[in-house]
Amino acid sequence: MNDVKNTHPVYTIKDFNLWYGETQALKNISLEIPEKQVTAIIGPSGCGKSTFIKTLNRMVELIPSVKMEGSIHYKNEDIFKPNAKVESLRTEVGMVFQKPNPFPKSIYDNIAYGPRIHGIKDKKTLDEVVEKSLKGAALWEEVKDRLNENAFGLSGGQQQRLCIARAMAVEPEVILMDEPTSALDPLSTAKVEELIHELKNDYSIIIVTHNMQQAARISDKTAFFLNGEVIEFDATEKMYSNPHDKRTDDYISGKFG
Amino acid sequence: MKNKIIVPNEKQISKRILKNKFAKGIFFAATLFGMVVLATLIIRILTQGIGYLNIDFLTNYASRRPEDAGIKAAIMGTIWVMSITIPVSLILGVSTSIYLEEYAPKNKFTRFIELNLANLAGVPSVVFGLLGLTMFVRFFQMGRSILAGGFTMALLILPVIVVASKEAIRSIPQEQYEAAYAMGATKWQIIRTVVIPAATPGILTGAILSLSRGVGETASLLMIGAMTFIAYVPDSVLDGFTVLPIQIFNWASRPQAEFQSVAAAGSIVLLLILIIMNSLAILIRNKYSKRY
Repeated sequence: MNDVKNTHPVYTIKDFNLWYGETQALKNISLEIPEKQVTAIIGPSGCGKSTFIKTLNRMVELIPSVKMEGSIHYKNEDIFKPNAKVESLRTEVGMVFQKPNPFPKSIYDNIAYGPRIHGIKDKKTLDEVVEKSLKGAALWEEVKDRLNENAFGLSGGQQQRLCIARAMAVEPEVILMDEPTSALDPLSTAKVEELIHELKNDYSIIIVTHNMQQAARISDKTAFFLNGEVIEFDATEKMYSNPHDKRTDDYISGKFG
Repeated sequence: MKNKIIVPNEKQISKRILKNKFAKGIFFAATLFGMVVLATLIIRILTQGIGYLNIDFLTNYASRRPEDAGIKAAIMGTIWVMSITIPVSLILGVSTSIYLEEYAPKNKFTRFIELNLANLAGVPSVVFGLLGLTMFVRFFQMGRSILAGGFTMALLILPVIVVASKEAIRSIPQEQYEAAYAMGATKWQIIRTVVIPAATPGILTGAILSLSRGVGETASLLMIGAMTFIAYVPDSVLDGFTVLPIQIFNWASRPQAEFQSVAAAGSIVLLLILIIMNSLAILIRNKYSKRY
């Protein structure tokens, strides 16, 4: 699982700084995030890991008073260049959030939402996308007989897998996950983790987690954030067995956080 | 054992309990006062007006003879005015609230507008009537018509609709927006597919409640010159008109006792319409109230 292949980076981040008003949340971040692997972002609360992941699809700009400096390239394209459209970026970079956030619509309409906003109207195509995405998120068997029921009727774990399926329906290259299991029970968490493991064959996954064991279980590479800085970024196995920095060692061994 | 500061004191506790009973009594009396007055009013209207309430009352025009007087023209006038007011106030109100909540930058200027909206909702309707008279009747030369009345009424209830719609939009959780943004939706797509479906019950509830205020509205329409005696059903929006509350006001101000009863009968009809509208609002709110 932890054999780190040498692939092209999907994201290249250089000297990136971010401020909320006067408060600096990210400091001199430079990272290369590999393609078709799971990259975990770990660190204590308030270290900037959520801010960082939300920068990758420019969702962070929804917060007023955000200031940024430095560069982020997605597949050699500067995501901040003046004529870049956030809508195109977010079509290729999907996101799953901390709290499952299905729409108050049917299961079918939740999955079909993305394809529909991108202009797909054909019922047959939509049917196919819905089935494929739900199968991809290992939810098809559980919901195939009640696609027209409201998604709020699903359990929390099912809702989160529905949100993953909904992100997959847009056919992204990257899926960002912001603590996707923190609101789930252990059994649902295990299912989502298993799913992430399968997804990396087709997607580059970047996952924020406050759970170090989870990072160790599912990721190929791990970045350790502290106070807005990247302290260490390495193959997960290496980082957990032999961290370079004392602070990483302290955090991983549970001395703080 | 240490000295305790608090020891049960029977006398002091009895006094506290008595105070509580006293407080309860005052609040109950206040509630009772309102209930009794309201009940008296309804009973009085019912006993006075029920005798005049029959099919003829609904299908007759106003008349000099109380036994022939009816509210056909007033009901039709109310319907005509509302058929202008509803689309105008809804389209303007919902659009304004969407702009303010979704598109407008959050700066001093928008805060100023929002503060004034809240104030406008409290402006007496006579003032709106004056505005309608100057603007619609005179400046736009609509005359004392249904059109002028409908627009005036729309302006009158616009602030309430905007405020209610803004509340409805604001209660949509941020996570819903995030979900749609993260899939590459534009603001307008989010408004169409997330905001409007989620806010519709709240908007409708607010709209119906403010429209029921409009149905009972008298002063502003008197200002723009709604007529008090009309013996025809309007057939265009440029016709003169009367509405239920004005008709009732007219009857109530006549000296003959019989017309007081006719006014009471009209009030019963008006009350029924208001009760139906408010029930509809409650029904919609309960049926579509969403949990996230």
